[in-house]
Amino acid sequence: MASHSPALHRLVGFGRYLRAVGLPVGTGRVLAFCRAAVALDPFDREDLRLAARATLVSRHEDLPVVDALFHRYFHDGAAAPDETFVGGAATPTAEPKTRVPTGEEPDGIVVAASWRGGGAEEELEGESAIRVVASDTEVLRRKDFADLTVDERRAALALVRRLAFAIPSRRSRRYRASPSGDRLDFRRTIRQSLRTEGEPFRRRWKARRTRPRPLVLILDVSGSMAPYSRPLVEFAHAAVRAGRKVEVFCFGTRLTRITRAVRSRHPGEALTSAGAAVTDWEGGTRIGESLKELLDGWASRSALRGSVVVLCSDGLERGDPELLARQMQRLARLAHRLVWVNPLKGSPRYEPLARGMAASLPFVDVFLPGHDLESLEALSAAVALA
Amino acid sequence: MSEREPPFESVGDLQRSLQGEAYLADRGLATAIYLALSLDKPLLLEGEAGVGKTEVAKALAAALDRRLIRLQCYEGIDASQALYEWNYPRQLLAIRAMPGPEAAGHVDDLFGPDFLVERPLLEAIRAGRGAVLLVDELDRADDEFEAFLLEVLSEFAVSIPELGRVAAEHPPAVIVTSNRTRELHDALKRRCLYHWIDHPTLEREVEIIGLRAPEASAALARQVAAAVARIRVMDVAKRPGVAESIDWAHALAFLDAPALNGETADATLGAVLKDHDDLEMARAAIVQVVGADG
Repeated sequence: MASHSPALHRLVGFGRYLRAVGLPVGTGRVLAFCRAAVALDPFDREDLRLAARATLVSRHEDLPVVDALFHRYFHDGAAAPDETFVGGAATPTAEPKTRVPTGEEPDGIVVAASWRGGGAEEELEGESAIRVVASDTEVLRRKDFADLTVDERRAALALVRRLAFAIPSRRSRRYRASPSGDRLDFRRTIRQSLRTEGEPFRRRWKARRTRPRPLVLILDVSGSMAPYSRPLVEFAHAAVRAGRKVEVFCFGTRLTRITRAVRSRHPGEALTSAGAAVTDWEGGTRIGESLKELLDGWASRSALRGSVVVLCSDGLERGDPELLARQMQRLARLAHRLVWVNPLKGSPRYEPLARGMAASLPFVDVFLPGHDLESLEALSAAVALA
Repeated sequence: MSEREPPFESVGDLQRSLQGEAYLADRGLATAIYLALSLDKPLLLEGEAGVGKTEVAKALAAALDRRLIRLQCYEGIDASQALYEWNYPRQLLAIRAMPGPEAAGHVDDLFGPDFLVERPLLEAIRAGRGAVLLVDELDRADDEFEAFLLEVLSEFAVSIPELGRVAAEHPPAVIVTSNRTRELHDALKRRCLYHWIDHPTLEREVEIIGLRAPEASAALARQVAAAVARIRVMDVAKRPGVAESIDWAHALAFLDAPALNGETADATLGAVLKDHDDLEMARAAIVQVVGADG
């Protein structure tokens, strides 16, 4: 080993270089990297790069970062971290800021930076960019949809799309065979025992079946809800893809079923066309009448019975609040849980004083904001537990 | 550092051997496999469905002239399906067959090798260097199984209470694949070398089709590869992999289609796209899919 010393130093240094940037490169990985170099001996730089990719990381996203830093460390001869650390003067993270952007940054960095959804990549370079990735997603998660820039909005929509959506379920009275069940399945056990001369050797188990609950999403697409409509439709898209018993309606002054359109690949286009049909921009929102339409038309088709209903609206009712209250009561009786999502609730100063909102609240089981990514995640969790 | 000669002399040597088994590995993949064999570490392969992760293990087993032992993971898989199980019915029959007074003396025999059902992991441990163990689609199994697998992969030994410890003299070559439906645990990843298999370049895909669907003409292979590459950049829900390209070439060759054009593509598109929406979209844009040479 001693004969390899300077080269070994260089290899170990690369591991530390990656660690300084924030990649989780432990001693075991560095050891594997060095052993790989020995196994490949003699090797060229390309071999070494491939070995670094195979040994030092194990996430697809990290590969371009490794490539870029490999280039910088072994090709450009970036400062070995030992020197910078021992000196304590400059850390590798501080280095890129002093460099003039050359426009020749390896692709990897750009890939990492574009995670944030584009924009301003050129200001951020190298390692600093990689660190920003994580924190920026955090910021984005808590930023009101109405305040997003065009680029941020695109990134936010992509994140909503990826939201893991769990459909609520109810326990059925029926049983199914289940190896991890908690009740002995006598019938199957006895049947099985016939093979072993009546000795019930293998016990069979059963568990209660679960059935998906119907989920009904009702989206307000009136003018005042405009900044939130798009993410909510994307949210509905995630829900529709997750289960079969999901219905989506939207309303402004009238109600329209958009389940089919939302199920398509481009829910945004669906929204535009549906919005044109249901919105009378001058007329404002008629929540009560729209709900009546839903209850009169769809309640009989059992779409609502025992379902989890999510109503997304700011509650700025133009119609008769009495009518709204009556419809909310009807809806609450039919539904298993009634969730109201109001983006205005995202503001700490919000109080449900609007007449429509005040009239509806007594019938609402869960009242949530839906103004940013984080609150949509909370909504998804609330629906799953409903 | 390595206690033995690696089975291949160099990365290039390995690459050629795999090609002999009709598997074209690029330099990155070949290096990763070479290192996994040299360092006796499992190799974790990730990539989209259909890029040939499972095929790697098959080709490697053939190239090494070793037995391929495959453990297909699924939700709820546990140790009794992966490691070993006692053959209870057979034990029971053996008890019945024993003459009453002597039975007590034979109880130990019931837990002998005759009554042990070996599952893939135990088989691989016993086979040691004579096997390539493929742990397929590990992301489908649950966390508990992953922890259990980690234990087996780090020791290559199991203790069976009734029989004692079974250990591999030399660990088998191990390939773990994941479709990345969930992130695997760091502890397991640290144990493995890692390689991400991408969709191949156009040139390489043409070569692969030529190798795996030799009945298709070279021109047809090129058209298929180009068309699949065009489909991959379209907004499809399920991007077709190399497996689909090969299937498509097979289908076209079987129909004696001389070339890929709007008509033949339309008739055989189901070999490439398995999603209704994707199919409809590709059908609507069939001219783009087939390209200028159709």
